[in-house]
Amino acid sequence: MPKKEIDLEYKIEHLSILNQDGELDSELEPDISDDLLIRMHRMMLLTRRFDERMLNLQRQGKMGTFAPIKGQEASQIGAVVVLEDEDWMVPSFREMAAEVWRGKEMVDMLLVFAGFNEGSRVPEKSRTLPVCIPVASQLLHAVGIAYAIKYKQEKNVVMVFHGDGATSEGDFHESLNFAGVFQTPCVFVCQNNQWAISIPRSKQTRSKTLAQKALAYGLPGVQVDGNDVLAVYSAAKEAVERARSGKGSTFIECVTYRMSVHTTADDPSVYRDDDEVKQWEARDPISRFQKYLKDKELLSEDDIEKLEEEIKSEIKGVIKDWEDKMKKMGDPADMFEFQYAEMPPHLVSQKEEVEKNKANR
Amino acid sequence: MKKMTMVEAINLALKQEMEKDEDVLVLGEDVGMDGGVFRVTKGLLDAYGEDRVIDTPLAESMIAGVSIGMAIHGLKPVCEIQFSGFSYFSFHQMEAHAARYRGRSHGRFSIQMVLRCPYGGGVRALEHHSESREVYYAHTPGLKMVIPSGPRKARALLVSAIRDPDPVIFYEPKAVYRAFREEVPEDEETFPIGQSEVVREGKDLTFITYGAMLKPTIDAAETLKEEDGVEAEVIDLLTISPLDDEKFTESVQKTGRAVIVHEAHRSFGPGAEMIARLVEKSFLYLEAPICRVTGYDVVIPLYQREKDYIPDVKRILKGARETLDF
Ligand SMILES: Cc1ncc(C[n+]2csc(CCOP(=O)(O)OP(=O)(O)O)c2C)c(N)n1
Ligand SMILES: [Mg+2]
Repeated sequence: MPKKEIDLEYKIEHLSILNQDGELDSELEPDISDDLLIRMHRMMLLTRRFDERMLNLQRQGKMGTFAPIKGQEASQIGAVVVLEDEDWMVPSFREMAAEVWRGKEMVDMLLVFAGFNEGSRVPEKSRTLPVCIPVASQLLHAVGIAYAIKYKQEKNVVMVFHGDGATSEGDFHESLNFAGVFQTPCVFVCQNNQWAISIPRSKQTRSKTLAQKALAYGLPGVQVDGNDVLAVYSAAKEAVERARSGKGSTFIECVTYRMSVHTTADDPSVYRDDDEVKQWEARDPISRFQKYLKDKELLSEDDIEKLEEEIKSEIKGVIKDWEDKMKKMGDPADMFEFQYAEMPPHLVSQKEEVEKNKANR
Repeated sequence: MKKMTMVEAINLALKQEMEKDEDVLVLGEDVGMDGGVFRVTKGLLDAYGEDRVIDTPLAESMIAGVSIGMAIHGLKPVCEIQFSGFSYFSFHQMEAHAARYRGRSHGRFSIQMVLRCPYGGGVRALEHHSESREVYYAHTPGLKMVIPSGPRKARALLVSAIRDPDPVIFYEPKAVYRAFREEVPEDEETFPIGQSEVVREGKDLTFITYGAMLKPTIDAAETLKEEDGVEAEVIDLLTISPLDDEKFTESVQKTGRAVIVHEAHRSFGPGAEMIARLVEKSFLYLEAPICRVTGYDVVIPLYQREKDYIPDVKRILKGARETLDF
């Protein structure tokens, strides 16, 4: 009974198509229509500006806690644009850009961050789940949806987002394992933004990559430059096609960076170096993409200027709408809604109690 | 004596216990370099190093589970779960193991650990950051459940919890963390787990409360004195389980009237157990139905409606006056 080696042939590919300066590796250039490229760029810029604006509103005390996405626009947009409307998208709590692409109203986001439950409504036909705050728990829902799709013999897929920190939770491993065992049509998009609050990626796991974790579960794993929207797109496209054709799940690790605070309640100066942030500024996903689009003559400085103006007024409109909406909501008795399909008697009487208290205030 | 916030007082307890006993260590998400998201463990990493102040990977079940193992082999872990709303990831370990090893091993193993979590509303946070579900733990045989109401008691109780041979769940009212300061002695102070305290004496009505609800309850008692000429007694439970029913039994037998105030949901909440004990032991002393002023039986709403969910002075007064007028 000799010792012998089991040949596993595990390798992880790292994909990068636009370099740091936005220069293209033309052999790897994905085939994306001009129209889609322009819409992707617009969404990345819109969500960057919206993110900045929200941070502002929070600092002015007009909103509660929220988790900025700055720096992760490519990792989100590159992946999510590959989905069809009938596919499912399952976010964590830091996918604002991907959510807006999927049709989430910006005004609803503002409402949630300003403490109104109304903002978490999901439109009738939407197949995007609400944000999920308990880290990694949404991954199990995603593979469950994927199982249901397979069971119903449908052709749709699920794309689920999570962070680097999430890879430490049991739920993460349980969901990858389920996806492997049952070959569910689920694409995992890991936003490896290098930090989980104050814990750097290197202290989260001894693994060299996060992508390799998929291999242990029998799934292909790939690492991409998450600030290169073309690389993210290519990997996501391939993964979604695989899932759609019945070949199961893929795990994509997007190597990106959390340029901002963890949430508005966090102070990163306690635990990370500004130099590191500066280094990543040079790899900004938007400016790289703009360089590519300019080289392709799809975008000019003038266009960018116009677009910035357009975005400014769009955001202004959203904020106006938000301010108007807030005036019309907030009835405390509404907290009893949507707890059960039918309100049980004890809630009916508690609701009456709240209404009476309100009248006496 | 120095005036401290609850955050500083808990920090002092951790520091002094670590100084005194090498087996005490701290672990959790962001407890090291960051000093915890509420800064409760600030400075501990510098003072005691990475082996004793452990920034763990992100997994609550792991935090609780490895703490159990550490305790089995003689350490005294104090673990932090960032928010009580995420402690359900670790609940399995606490319920299935921390609470049971003593019994399962016929007394051979003690799980001397503390699981600290901030709980309750009041910080304009997102979903899962504001709840008050201490009953999950209080309902679990083998666990102790402690909730301090102010800085001084928080410090004293945490020291007792760390030294307690059984697993203690230590809920910290995050709304109180920095709300006010209290004098906290530099010298060691403990307070017995399983003991409540009469914090205001009165003969007409008994308030029973704990945690973040103590402050509005005392304010309500003061208003009752001024506006109604009523002397209300206020009992701060401090430990939810094992429940000290002696003090409130004695008090209600004197006043004949009881109002229970908690942030937790009403149905099957802590108040339900208190009422059961009162009915069992003081039924014939009651002059009025026992009143509960509590959170409602809904998921705590986001912050715009939070103030309508969490009991406030107005609601406490209304409950008290109905009880007095019965
Ligand atoms: C189960 C659970 N534990 C703790 C938290 C508190 N928390 C919120 S985000 C976060 C870090 C998440 O890191 P990562 O998965 O890398 O996502 P990122 O925040 O970087 O987007 C923590 C610890 C939580 N929301 N859920
Ligand atoms: Mg992260």
